[in-house]
Amino acid sequence: MNNYIQSNTHLIRLFNVLLISILVLPFIGLQHSATLLVVLLVVFFLKDYLKVFFSSLALSFSGYSFSRYKKAILVVSSVIILIIPIMPYSQYATDVITLCLIYVILACGLNVIVGMTGLLHLGYAAFYAIGAYSYALLSINTGIPFLATAVLSIVITSFIGLMTAFPALRLKGDYLAIVTLGFGEILRVILNNWQSLTNGPNGLSGIPAPHVFVDFTDARMMFYLTAVVCFVSVFIILRVERSKIGRAWRCIKEDETVALAMGIDVVRYKLISFVFGSFWAGLAGVLYASKMGFVSPDSFTFLESILILCMVIVGGLGNTYGAIIGAFILICIPEILRDIQTFRMLIVGLVLVLLVIFLPKGIVGSIKDVNHTNSKS
Amino acid sequence: MFIQQIINGLTLGSVYSLIALGYTMVYGILEFINFAHGEIYMIGAYLGIIFLTFFTAVGLTTSNIYLSLFLTMILTIAFCCAYGYLIERVGYRPLRYAPRLSPLISAIGISIFLQNFVMFTQGATDKVIRVEALDGFVSVWGINLSYLQVAILTVSFVVMIGLNLFVNKTKIGTAMRATAQDKIMASLVGIDINMIISLVFVVGAGLASVAGVMVAGYYGLVNYHIGYIAGLKAFTAAVLGGIGSIQGAMIGGLILGIVETLGSAYVSSDYKDVYAFLILIVVLLIKPTGLLGQRIEDKI
Repeated sequence: MNNYIQSNTHLIRLFNVLLISILVLPFIGLQHSATLLVVLLVVFFLKDYLKVFFSSLALSFSGYSFSRYKKAILVVSSVIILIIPIMPYSQYATDVITLCLIYVILACGLNVIVGMTGLLHLGYAAFYAIGAYSYALLSINTGIPFLATAVLSIVITSFIGLMTAFPALRLKGDYLAIVTLGFGEILRVILNNWQSLTNGPNGLSGIPAPHVFVDFTDARMMFYLTAVVCFVSVFIILRVERSKIGRAWRCIKEDETVALAMGIDVVRYKLISFVFGSFWAGLAGVLYASKMGFVSPDSFTFLESILILCMVIVGGLGNTYGAIIGAFILICIPEILRDIQTFRMLIVGLVLVLLVIFLPKGIVGSIKDVNHTNSKS
Repeated sequence: MFIQQIINGLTLGSVYSLIALGYTMVYGILEFINFAHGEIYMIGAYLGIIFLTFFTAVGLTTSNIYLSLFLTMILTIAFCCAYGYLIERVGYRPLRYAPRLSPLISAIGISIFLQNFVMFTQGATDKVIRVEALDGFVSVWGINLSYLQVAILTVSFVVMIGLNLFVNKTKIGTAMRATAQDKIMASLVGIDINMIISLVFVVGAGLASVAGVMVAGYYGLVNYHIGYIAGLKAFTAAVLGGIGSIQGAMIGGLILGIVETLGSAYVSSDYKDVYAFLILIVVLLIKPTGLLGQRIEDKI
């Protein structure tokens, strides 16, 4: 399988290295370009060592069996939950972790559609936006209590999910992807331009914090609310994954024709998957809007959909635990890199490419692979 | 007035077509959406401005404006072709046998990287360029065609005809079509698959860079995120025409350009970006394979 890599001579690789430094020349000037060339040449001659480094990284997980590692996630997350109140209070850290948990819900929800059922969805942020905006509009304009508003917003999101799924599911593969992408773009433009309802690009502010018996205005209270909701969501998704519905989804993903032959109502289960996925986007949207107190179209761009998709794939497609890890990684890396603001997204892009090249089945998938080969040998 | 709008639409549409060709050719062979393709278009626009500024600094523009424009074009195309080659080599080739979504993520990573690389090195503000020699217009039957519109229409027309001839008449073009049909069979009859795939990326990048340079001159300003929306729309055009089909991409791009221009002229320019996607959704629901796409039967 790797023949094409080995068949390449070193000469071509050297040529590529030279090419890179020539290509960036117009952008960064002669001096920096020369520096880059030197750095690349050093990397080039050390690349065998780098390869060893990366593969040892993957191997370092090999001692853990998958179930042990599932336990590890549970232990680590419970430790985080327990530690937070003891730790010196940091608004920033609390906010980041709350955001991580919201994205965990989103990633797990998208994983239902993309990972389990195999429907490539590129407009997930649109449903996230619908959840957030419905909550914002309902809570600002009407006096309904928090829980009712939240439920109503989620129902609205799921219903719109159903409405889009009906026509979209007639399409297959990448056509479905491009239609969901189109839906996301259309929604973003509408949010930007329907001044009277959404206040355009300025967004809606003054969204009240959640109120269930007490007000969740404090960042730490909000964190606990999100954490509880997140745990319940992940639990429900894990249970559904193992139910008859989940098995039907997996069968559809593997082979639609076989699924049909086995008596699975493919269209019905695809619809369920789509609506079920949208449901979690709506929930995450409600949490996001009530946490931030402000929503604007900028938070729900195509890049947002892609970010959530990347979480699912980085973790390992079709695996809920993978989606959780992916969400934490992709939210935390930019936060860790916050000090080098200008380089930040540059590095995020690079990390995405490297992760996919060196761990093509995602983090969880690669660990499973290593275990598999170990148990065979 | 209406015909004027149609001409504007055709200009915009031919730019979309040029970018869409890159998407459709890559999809035809590798069956994946090359999200980094829009960035090549953006880099082309930037390189055009950088090279032209360089020639102005050297003094070539004052002595011979047409030579410097020509050189800018050639240099930009050469650089962008190299970008296309390298992106495939670094980002996609190691993932040739990976799960289907992996190259997609890699493409998104490259796209984010290139956008931020350009923003980091060239600044986040708009870059403005004005070429006096290309100001002015010709009037035909009361319709005003600016020199740049004429240039864009002619160049795209020539390039598309050339591409059609290249794909349908030459030996390499035949090899490309064979690879698109069946990679394994093509390699069995002695076609160098890796070479063909590289070539497709190089040609696609070249076409996108032509579009980029011409758009930089046409609108007079570029920004590091122009590649994203143009790429999305060009991909929409490719799907509209039936992805994998070269003529489809050309027609899809033109339709998209005309619809968008007419929509923003007669309905509302606020919703300019919506028309493209609305058209797409409507077409796909009526004819799921796009205008010229072929129905692919399920293999059992």
